[in-house]
Amino acid sequence: MRSGDVLLKMEEVSKTFPGVKALSDVNFTLRQGEVHALMGENGAGKSTLIKVLTGVHPMDQGKVYLNGRPIVARSPLEAQHLGISTVYQEINLCTNLSVAENLYIGRLPRRRGAIDWKKMHADSEQLLRRLNLNLDVKKSLSDYSVAIQQMVAIARAVDMSSGVLILDEPTSSLDAQEVQQLFAVMRKLRDEGMGIVFVTHFLDQVYEITDRITILRNGSLVGEYETSKLSKSSLVTHMIGREWKEEDEHRKTESSYTPEVVMAAKSLTRAGSIKPVSLSVRKGEVVGLAGLLGSGRSEFANLIFGIDQADSGVMTLGAEQFQSMNPKKAIRQGIGFCPEDRKIAGIVGELTIRENIVLALQAKKGIFNYIPLKKQQEIAQRFIDLLRIKTPSMEQRIDNLSGGNQQKVILARWLATEPKLLILDEPTRGIDVGSKGEIRRLILDLAKSGLSILIISSELQEMIECADRIVVLRDRMQVGEISGGDMNEASIMKMIAEGGGTSEQYPQTGS
Amino acid sequence: MSNTRRRAANIMHTKIIWPLTALAAILLFNLFFVPGFFHMEIKDGHLFGSLIDILNRAAPIMVIAIGMTLVIAKEGIDISVGSVLAIAGAVAISLIGVVPLWMAIGAALIVGALCGLWNGVLIAYLGIQPMVGTLILMTVGRGIAQLITEGKVLTTDSKSYGFIGKGFFLGLPFSIFIAAFVFLLVLYLKKRTALGLFLEATGTNKVSSEYAGVEPRKIYLFVYIVCGLCAAIAGLLVSSNISSADANNAGLWIELDAILAVVIGGTSMRGGRFFLAGTVIGALFIQSLTTTIYSMGVPPERIMVVKAIVVIIVSLMQSDRFRQMFQQKSKKAVIG
Repeated sequence: MRSGDVLLKMEEVSKTFPGVKALSDVNFTLRQGEVHALMGENGAGKSTLIKVLTGVHPMDQGKVYLNGRPIVARSPLEAQHLGISTVYQEINLCTNLSVAENLYIGRLPRRRGAIDWKKMHADSEQLLRRLNLNLDVKKSLSDYSVAIQQMVAIARAVDMSSGVLILDEPTSSLDAQEVQQLFAVMRKLRDEGMGIVFVTHFLDQVYEITDRITILRNGSLVGEYETSKLSKSSLVTHMIGREWKEEDEHRKTESSYTPEVVMAAKSLTRAGSIKPVSLSVRKGEVVGLAGLLGSGRSEFANLIFGIDQADSGVMTLGAEQFQSMNPKKAIRQGIGFCPEDRKIAGIVGELTIRENIVLALQAKKGIFNYIPLKKQQEIAQRFIDLLRIKTPSMEQRIDNLSGGNQQKVILARWLATEPKLLILDEPTRGIDVGSKGEIRRLILDLAKSGLSILIISSELQEMIECADRIVVLRDRMQVGEISGGDMNEASIMKMIAEGGGTSEQYPQTGS
Repeated sequence: MSNTRRRAANIMHTKIIWPLTALAAILLFNLFFVPGFFHMEIKDGHLFGSLIDILNRAAPIMVIAIGMTLVIAKEGIDISVGSVLAIAGAVAISLIGVVPLWMAIGAALIVGALCGLWNGVLIAYLGIQPMVGTLILMTVGRGIAQLITEGKVLTTDSKSYGFIGKGFFLGLPFSIFIAAFVFLLVLYLKKRTALGLFLEATGTNKVSSEYAGVEPRKIYLFVYIVCGLCAAIAGLLVSSNISSADANNAGLWIELDAILAVVIGGTSMRGGRFFLAGTVIGALFIQSLTTTIYSMGVPPERIMVVKAIVVIIVSLMQSDRFRQMFQQKSKKAVIG
């Protein structure tokens, strides 16, 4: 049942932020019964387009029609009432409330003035069953994994939507099986006649689920295409505005490491977090840490940097041995750490790009050894140029930047401290294809210049490209190591899967 | 002046424009409705007049509000400052005559810093919420002050001690110089050490700051100590001004005026960016308002209501959202 009637139409939408033209004359059409991908690099205007549509930002110019009638959503609530529901990349639910409460918050069913808990719980269960989810709806949301929380957010949106559903990178925290579960739901909704806008960075998923693709670049519309008629390489070409070939992605060929060991961890352990891991990194070497979500890869990084304390084990840095670590000490010893969650543990949103860049260096130098403003500006400018951070000024607030540029600022923060070892936990998550490539190239260049790097990534291909050696973790245990020509997705997956004991599947390999 | 500095000055300018406007408005009001408000005369080589009086009276609020600004920048609050003020005044006055004056003053300052340390440990290291943590000292503090004064209102006739709160220097009240000194010292800490950066970073995003090697807990401890110290300085000013220590009434509710001064000055209660100059203007505004209401002859029982109304108006003017609403309304009116 695909009527193909136009459901939602946006015409010549423009939006300017101070210093940035975020959208200029963009058209977007969503038809009934389709899944429509919105593609573009970070900063292309995808998020802005969605925020304009859902009333988060007012638009400067343009018109929006829903079922042929002009609409203006002045707030997300108004958009919801109009039947436009959105699930954002970051989960906007209250983790301290129960699943059912989260599903019905703001519209709790009532009976004679009091909340009708019975009805709410029954309705919740029914709603979740529609998404093939079987949860205890009375349990607090925080008892469930991020993936499940995401599904609950989607269930809520589906229930409130009357035709348009927007999914803004819903799959970035889901594993392959959960992605399939989500796709099943999306197909069902599509067949019911719903129009779904799907924003993602995973190209494979776009080809698996979508019917049409609208591509944006630098705030302008590139075009609308039928998915089946657009090749992957032309999609990427349209997105980044230059030629891209699949062959560009290949294994790291030259290694430049020296025998000198920069960091050696011996039997680092933390109860309930990770079993003994021993690992050493040589000067100029890139070591990958592979494993499933929750396999202990991030947990191990946290131990090295001293975010968490090891119960036992010894870490050797240069000539010194350490049994306990904290971030300040780690930085003084020449370690830098780009954490997995950029927003929570990386950027300091209210501060400027300059301040974000010098923060770790200043912390290393101490509070009274103030870096003069002029020197700060020199440092910031050097890294803005070096990493090609796109910004009108170093005095912009960092949260005005796109995800890829924010990540570059965090990288700059660590490079400014002149580290010997850089730990990168998911350095390219939620970043567009172009910036991903740039960051990968940067990793290789840095290694060539003698920096040692420990990289963690859900994208196996990324690690194969960057790493000299990959250490595999499973169930919080070190299970093996692969290096050189033996590194390929199949061999790593095999090592991860060997011995079984895990029901989780490997997350999408992406790009 | 470099580009960035000018831009920074611009940001400052936009933030500080609202407290300045409020202050200007209240002064303008006085110009028309309170005869003799701007009158100033020189007696014995000292300046006298309502304006000077406001400066003198605003000094304790200013000093406390500066300390409060730092605490609020880290997303905290300190409601014990009024009690700490009373303790410091009691310590100083009870020691005058017993030990040399400088020791009495030093002891009061040390006690203030210890009070701050207490708050800081509770909040930074034991993880108690700032409001609850400082509530303890707020409640207990007046009791401690009473223990020191043995339940009486202590007085002193030390001329040198009295100079702090009511003496004149270069024709101006000495208290102004103390307030200015505290302001410049904290401004120096903000601009010439990394305290400003670290404080704004931890106030905005504690986790990120910690990951970047900043030690939030040490910063928290430090700002609470500074806040306690500021409260003690205010305690010296207040007790010196009236030459007595009143455990029950000295600095009563001053924490509320101080918090208000910080907020009017443009620092958000959510922490992050903080504006010391804004705080100073905010404190001046609050004292001008109080003095104006008194000189208007508003009956005492209505003073708080009038103050509340003015504060609501100023807060609304500061709110971006309110201004937007207002602008949209006026735009519509023009179109209609």
